[in-house]
Amino acid sequence: MELQAVLMAAGGGSRMTDLTYNTPKPMLPVGNKPLMWYPLNLLERVGFEEVIVITTREVHKMMSTDPKTKLDIKMKLDVVCIQEDGDMGTADALRHIHQKVKTDILVVSCDLITDVALHEVVDLFRAHNATVAMLMSKAHEFTETVNVPQRDFVGVDQSGKRLLFMANEADLEDGLIVRRSIIRKHPRMHIKTGLVDAHLYCLKKAVVDFLAENKSISSIRGELVPFLVRKQFSKMTSGQKRMDDTETVDQKNDGLTNDDLFFPSRDEALLQLAQERSCWNDHRGDMSEAYHGGKLRCYVHIMDQGLCYRVNTLSAYIEANRMAPKFIEEPAVHPSAVISERFQMGSDSMIGAGCHVADKTSIKRSTIGISTTVKEKVKVTNSIIMHGVTIEEGCNIQGSVICSNAVIGRGADLKYCLVGNGQRIEPEGDTYSNTKKSILLEVSVTFGLV
Amino acid sequence: NVGILIRLRADSHCHIKNEDDQWQIKEHFLTPLGSVVKRLPEHIQVDDPDVLKKLAKKLERQQIPRRLDYGYKVSLFSHLLQYSRKAPLTQQLSIPSAVIHPAIVRLGLQYSQGIVAGSNARSIALLHAFKQVISDYTTPSNEELSRDLVNKLKPYISFLNQCRPLSASMGNAIKYIKKEISNIPSQFKEDDAKKKLLNCIECFIEEKIVLAAKAIAKSSIEKINDGDVILVYGCSSLVNHILCEAFEKGRKFRVIVVDSRPRLEGREALRRLVQKGISCTYVLISAVSYILPEVSKVFLGAHALLANGYVMSRVGTSQIALVAKAFNVPVLVCCETYKFCERVQTDSFVSNELDDPDDLIVTRKGETQLKDWQQVPRLGLLNLVYDVTPPDFVDLVITDLGMIPCTSVPVVLRVKNVDLL
Repeated sequence: MELQAVLMAAGGGSRMTDLTYNTPKPMLPVGNKPLMWYPLNLLERVGFEEVIVITTREVHKMMSTDPKTKLDIKMKLDVVCIQEDGDMGTADALRHIHQKVKTDILVVSCDLITDVALHEVVDLFRAHNATVAMLMSKAHEFTETVNVPQRDFVGVDQSGKRLLFMANEADLEDGLIVRRSIIRKHPRMHIKTGLVDAHLYCLKKAVVDFLAENKSISSIRGELVPFLVRKQFSKMTSGQKRMDDTETVDQKNDGLTNDDLFFPSRDEALLQLAQERSCWNDHRGDMSEAYHGGKLRCYVHIMDQGLCYRVNTLSAYIEANRMAPKFIEEPAVHPSAVISERFQMGSDSMIGAGCHVADKTSIKRSTIGISTTVKEKVKVTNSIIMHGVTIEEGCNIQGSVICSNAVIGRGADLKYCLVGNGQRIEPEGDTYSNTKKSILLEVSVTFGLV
Repeated sequence: NVGILIRLRADSHCHIKNEDDQWQIKEHFLTPLGSVVKRLPEHIQVDDPDVLKKLAKKLERQQIPRRLDYGYKVSLFSHLLQYSRKAPLTQQLSIPSAVIHPAIVRLGLQYSQGIVAGSNARSIALLHAFKQVISDYTTPSNEELSRDLVNKLKPYISFLNQCRPLSASMGNAIKYIKKEISNIPSQFKEDDAKKKLLNCIECFIEEKIVLAAKAIAKSSIEKINDGDVILVYGCSSLVNHILCEAFEKGRKFRVIVVDSRPRLEGREALRRLVQKGISCTYVLISAVSYILPEVSKVFLGAHALLANGYVMSRVGTSQIALVAKAFNVPVLVCCETYKFCERVQTDSFVSNELDDPDDLIVTRKGETQLKDWQQVPRLGLLNLVYDVTPPDFVDLVITDLGMIPCTSVPVVLRVKNVDLL
């Protein structure tokens, strides 16, 4: 077997608590499908037959019981439940399933929606015998790259494939320091800040074994990957020197050299023989052999075309909903929805199963969830209506997100709001907020005009 | 048995001459006159739709995707395959590859991207991958290892062929392995059989590649005198090895490395030699006639040695040999015996390899002149990989069996065949 897929679906959604305080993030509906359907669909399309899903008990229960969140996936899902307290990082989760991991793994996050050609990432992993290969994408306009206080600095070499440097602004107190060993080996480095990390990683099995022994690393993105990227350029010592090296710890987590992380593949000597006789080199201009003789290599594939979203903020969620029809091959209007004739629907709207849409309604660029009732003369524009919502007559909803089981009273006028789960908006309510993605309205508390 | 490949017009048949000097028609033969008629390989008959159909059927049976041709092909070479490096075969495979062993997928990728290039490197990498395949192999019940394993290897070989056409050395290595597998007695237990096979592979590499290189280096050092100026072309692992050994033994010489676009492999040869401490000069092939008056010997590597004495090597080698002959400079070809091939070719058109035409596109000062070459009608980019050098231009072939003239290659082949039988 070549690769095992692992889906991390235990994340909390800490940046969009308005949506996730009631529904766990993997189950948030995007285009009327739960969020975790998208990475699972990607894996299924590419040819995976089994996936290890790491999730919480609540999500597991929802996956198997709730018909609204049925997953519709033909792959075999091996669900591993962990505690919900949120102290477990992604690397801790990998340590938890260490026994199940038999080969190299492909780790995917549940909030990734992308149409990337996955073979591009995996080919880098295979061809260069890389330790880690990851996916990144050029950011699109809607993401708040300007406001994000902590930029990610990613350094790649001239070909744009080899990962040389990765750090988060929060870790760089004195400024960006680039080690001389990196510059000596790769004199031209491109540093990019506007990239979105897709949280899709191909990791060697040796890395998982390493994690099992080093319990100090708890997050893949925050700690493991930068650690591996740094280790590419650390000195390699011979066997004798390694004994003395344990005293000279110059970095945190250390005492480890390049050699420790490199577990030789079978017949290493033969591979070395082939490499020596091959007339290929990945760089030129200096006297070193291919890869500078380094055994640990990190690669990245940067997508510049195509869709890649990480649904971890409210704006990303809204944008993803808008893009969702492109991923789903089902018709925009579910066949079981009951729709009257005099009704206008835009081409990029979606109507879920079991809906009732009455006359003279207009639905443009919106998603209507499962079992939702929309009464007459309702105008819905640019909004996301989740499951089980009831919208009474004459409402006007613009640019809003209405969570599950809410009831919007007659004649309510909502602009750019977020209505929480199970809330009730009084009839003729006139509610709007100033900025598009900020305020959560606890309707029963603040508004209630008659 | 020697088969002659003559490319005739498309409407004529191909005639093959066997040992008894009897002409036989390839397709419709009446009575076999003692020996096997060699079929033309499929990868040089790409313009024949029947052959393509047969190939497609075979690949479908083996569940291997077919790699599509790319771009406009120059008409003289339209019978060969031309692939694009940007469209790897893995695009059409499922990601955890189920049909093909992961080691073979990795190898195919490395071949098609050029990470493993060079005749020796490709053979060693192939054998390394086969070792992994054999270690992971389990005999299904009701099957014999000697037959089933050979059948398992066939789709892998097709896959590798699709990624990049097999070299002659790889072909010989595969033949050797298949023979070893078929010769496993049926009473062997699976573990013993696997151990024996892995041992055989290691012996093959040790004898035919590593020791052969040592023997060739030993013979060649006698030919290198102090004060010599040696010309090498491209990056041949064997020639580099010889020069490094000679330098270590204390011979004083300097090297001129000749290089050519688009591969520019000479840079890698240059790096290895300079790292050792040998003083080198670097020129492009267009300057070879200017530099030849200084040269005392030419050392060339070979991809394969054909049965009529022709040397198949990187494109440009025949030019170097020609110019060297004109200047009366001795040309020595170094080649291990496992690269000897039973094919016969007199020109570089019949059987060759077309590399990605986009490699010829170069960007200078931000401008790419050939960026839209596909839109220009009747413009073809030709990126040949191999060419053949006639034996008249080669003065000596240094092999692990000794130093032989080019015309003795069929003798070696005959001796080898007797050995194998």
